[in-house]
Amino acid sequence: MPVTTPFHPRTSELCSSMLWKEWAGHYAVCSFDVCHEREYFAIRHAAGLIDVSPLKKYEVRGRDAAPFLARVMVRDIRKLRVGRVIYLCWCDDDGKVIDDGTVSRLDDHHYRVTANVPALGWLERLATPFDVDIEDSSERIGALALQGPMSREILKAACDADLDALEFFRITGGTINRTRVEVSRTGYTGDLGYEIWVERDRALDVWDAVVAAGRPFRIEPAGLNAMDVARIEAGFILNGVDYFSAHHCLIDSRKSTPFEIGLGWTVKLDREPFVGRGALRREKERGSAWALVGLEYDWDEYEALFADVGLPPQVPGGAWRAGVPVYDGGGSQVGQATSGAWSPILKKNLALASVRSEYAEVGKTLSVEVTVEYRRRRVSASVARTPFFDPERKRA
Amino acid sequence: MPTERGRPSRSSYDAVVIGGGHNGLTCAAYLARAGRKVLVLERRHVLGGAAVSEELYPGFTFSVCSYVVSLLRPHIIRDLDLPRHGLEIIPLEASFLPLPDGRSLVRWGDPERTRREIARFSAKDADVYPEFGLAMGKLARFSKHIIDHPAPDPTSLRPGELLRLARLERATRELDTDLRDLNLRLLTMSAADFLDLWFESDVLKAPMSVSGIIGTFLGVRSPGTAYVMLHHYMGEIDGAFRAWGFAKGGTGGVSLAIASAARSLGAEIVTEAPVERVRLASGRATGVVLANGDEVSAGTVISSVDPRLTFFGLVGREHLDGEFVEQIERYKLRGSSGKVNLALDRLPEFSSRPGEGPHLQGDIAISPSLEYLERAYDQAKYGDFSERPYLNVVIPSLSDPSIAPPGKHVMSIFVQYAPYHIKEGPEFWPRRREAFGDAVVDTLAEYCPTLKDSILYRQVLTPWDMEQEFGLTEGNIFHGELSLEQLLFLRPAAGWARYRTPVRNLWMCGSGTHPGGGIMSAPGELAARAVLGASGS
Repeated sequence: MPVTTPFHPRTSELCSSMLWKEWAGHYAVCSFDVCHEREYFAIRHAAGLIDVSPLKKYEVRGRDAAPFLARVMVRDIRKLRVGRVIYLCWCDDDGKVIDDGTVSRLDDHHYRVTANVPALGWLERLATPFDVDIEDSSERIGALALQGPMSREILKAACDADLDALEFFRITGGTINRTRVEVSRTGYTGDLGYEIWVERDRALDVWDAVVAAGRPFRIEPAGLNAMDVARIEAGFILNGVDYFSAHHCLIDSRKSTPFEIGLGWTVKLDREPFVGRGALRREKERGSAWALVGLEYDWDEYEALFADVGLPPQVPGGAWRAGVPVYDGGGSQVGQATSGAWSPILKKNLALASVRSEYAEVGKTLSVEVTVEYRRRRVSASVARTPFFDPERKRA
Repeated sequence: MPTERGRPSRSSYDAVVIGGGHNGLTCAAYLARAGRKVLVLERRHVLGGAAVSEELYPGFTFSVCSYVVSLLRPHIIRDLDLPRHGLEIIPLEASFLPLPDGRSLVRWGDPERTRREIARFSAKDADVYPEFGLAMGKLARFSKHIIDHPAPDPTSLRPGELLRLARLERATRELDTDLRDLNLRLLTMSAADFLDLWFESDVLKAPMSVSGIIGTFLGVRSPGTAYVMLHHYMGEIDGAFRAWGFAKGGTGGVSLAIASAARSLGAEIVTEAPVERVRLASGRATGVVLANGDEVSAGTVISSVDPRLTFFGLVGREHLDGEFVEQIERYKLRGSSGKVNLALDRLPEFSSRPGEGPHLQGDIAISPSLEYLERAYDQAKYGDFSERPYLNVVIPSLSDPSIAPPGKHVMSIFVQYAPYHIKEGPEFWPRRREAFGDAVVDTLAEYCPTLKDSILYRQVLTPWDMEQEFGLTEGNIFHGELSLEQLLFLRPAAGWARYRTPVRNLWMCGSGTHPGGGIMSAPGELAARAVLGASGS
């Protein structure tokens, strides 16, 4: 049975829909309202406050913290300066991705790793030769994502940190409501946004202060359904949906390398050995079999499929994650769309898909399965650049 | 976004569009997309016409006239890639009806919640409400066949026209038999009579019937208003019919997105460039003359302003046939509505449902009963504004906080009736403007006692102001009533419903053409297609 997050006393009071799901062993709100729409639009036009405490967190401390993480991660952590955050992934010896997440450097010898799936065992296994101490801080630290165009103004009203100086993918300490927090300019929505990290026993003080400061800016508590639409617009993949952790796969064909899931840019091959480097070097030379792409459905064809049965076009009400086949022009299956959503802001039907790499070129026309009135049909979809939605404010 | 002021860069274009409202801009965008050299001339300093956003008070951006969006055609959004040009539409959450006795009704997106709300007034109506929604959805799908195509001409035997009629006929056959019957009734009934067929409770009938009178000088019991009601039910967002939304940054956001699309396709847009008249040579339009005396030549001139202003203001009746002049004279504009825009220091509190909440994030109707609406009309019939008018209130800053300072709000109040022809004469309106504004605020304050103390700024727009400031003849927000006798092949005149005019090379693309008013952009698009079709592209 799931357990509750540090913010549960507040979220449970507000979750009038009673729509919850399990996220990494915790109760998480799907949507506070019966429909996630208002929460989604708050993320895009005001600010959404999302409890992301179920994220796994690991504190890596010690003299060897940097070389240790450089050994585990595909990016070269030794170059990460204090106060910065990077996004990356980590692999097994075969170069297959175990998880993706962030690493923040909090001070000279203290890093924080965030992950989707438990990683302590893997980190400990690799830590033996290094002078490091690893703490699973997942339960000790609560996390809030404050995401949306008004998030900076809200946080400035609530927090004493110099937020104008806090650039994209930076982290700083600060105080909210007499509570010590870390604030990072990160998130999973592709919008201007922050994540706030706080000790469990002071979590509610932070929630209350942020909500109070956010009221004039129309802050809304938001659930995972709203965030799921936003993350697809932002082109962010999700472990367990768009790819599977190598540690969870019964069959090899389910595993992916960073190059195959759009994370090739995080891999730094020309440096001291790291876990998976040999396999990744070979793949780099040989070329990858798969690629992760964005797809945009052809609206006219989509509408015509519905018109065929006398229906107006129906767009998915929220993000979906039941994979569907993707075909080439000749009707052979060349991959699968793993998640997707109708984007209310772009007015497009979007999906993230894994396809054979020869079909991954931007602009390429493929087709994807849609079910219309119980019948399996196909609709053209073109390979598109991600992020689908990438506002200037995200980095500004 | 650079908009040239005052002077076009060239003296000659393929096409000149008069008026930079959403239809003029849409028409220009489609013409530019087809490779035409297009110029748009806007009289005011801002683009948008009646779909305009202006910072009337520091820090507060108002949708000055038109205030919600629903009919904007989805294929136009896609054709012009408007999201890339900044178009964002935020759906309205709810419809809130506060009542004078302290009760209230909210219709939500959540059907079960709506059912419970209605059942407090009538258990039967609560059941019928979704059936009504389904029927309206079916009719709206049918009307899509009408609004996305030029009006069919039932008097013509040309193959193209017969095909259009056949298509409509086919669409009609797809409707259920009972709905076909319903549709015919809709054409003749009053909105109130039509709703009487369905509902027993005034809390549904009163706020729903007002869709039948918006922008017309008719009452909810006037015949024909049932059809007007349907026109407003055709709203569609993302394929979901009957959905309404706010444009980010105000309704001007729609116009600016279309303008940006038009520019990226090569159109030139000039503001503060009032057109004095259409230049004519041997009965043909050859360009326009600006108020500053400059002349611009064009093979095609397209007017997005209303038919009366186009033909009597810019062309001149002396250049038109008597019969056509008579048709345009008879064309009913007679504006009947006003607008009050408020900057608020804090969110107003309604006594029937105190506190902040999503019920304020939609439209708020002051429309407590059919009798209330008829009384409001009574005063208008005899040349007064209604002392207790129908109000449609929105607070868009709740959904789009970028348009007001933190914690403060923008309130837009649509008001009916405010007849253009008041008994003292329309030019007397400026002297009654503040009394009219007071009546509106007093009315709303009866439901919302804290309102008056929170007003930082007030703008009152009478139909006279809409004519003077926005060029809407007689202050009609739709460029002519959406009553049956001036829709489809009769809009704006029999024989001239295909964007062409009796003046060669002069075309129309505004809300005074098929399919009519509202932020649809359909007239602009259909006119551009007609112009391109005529020149064989």
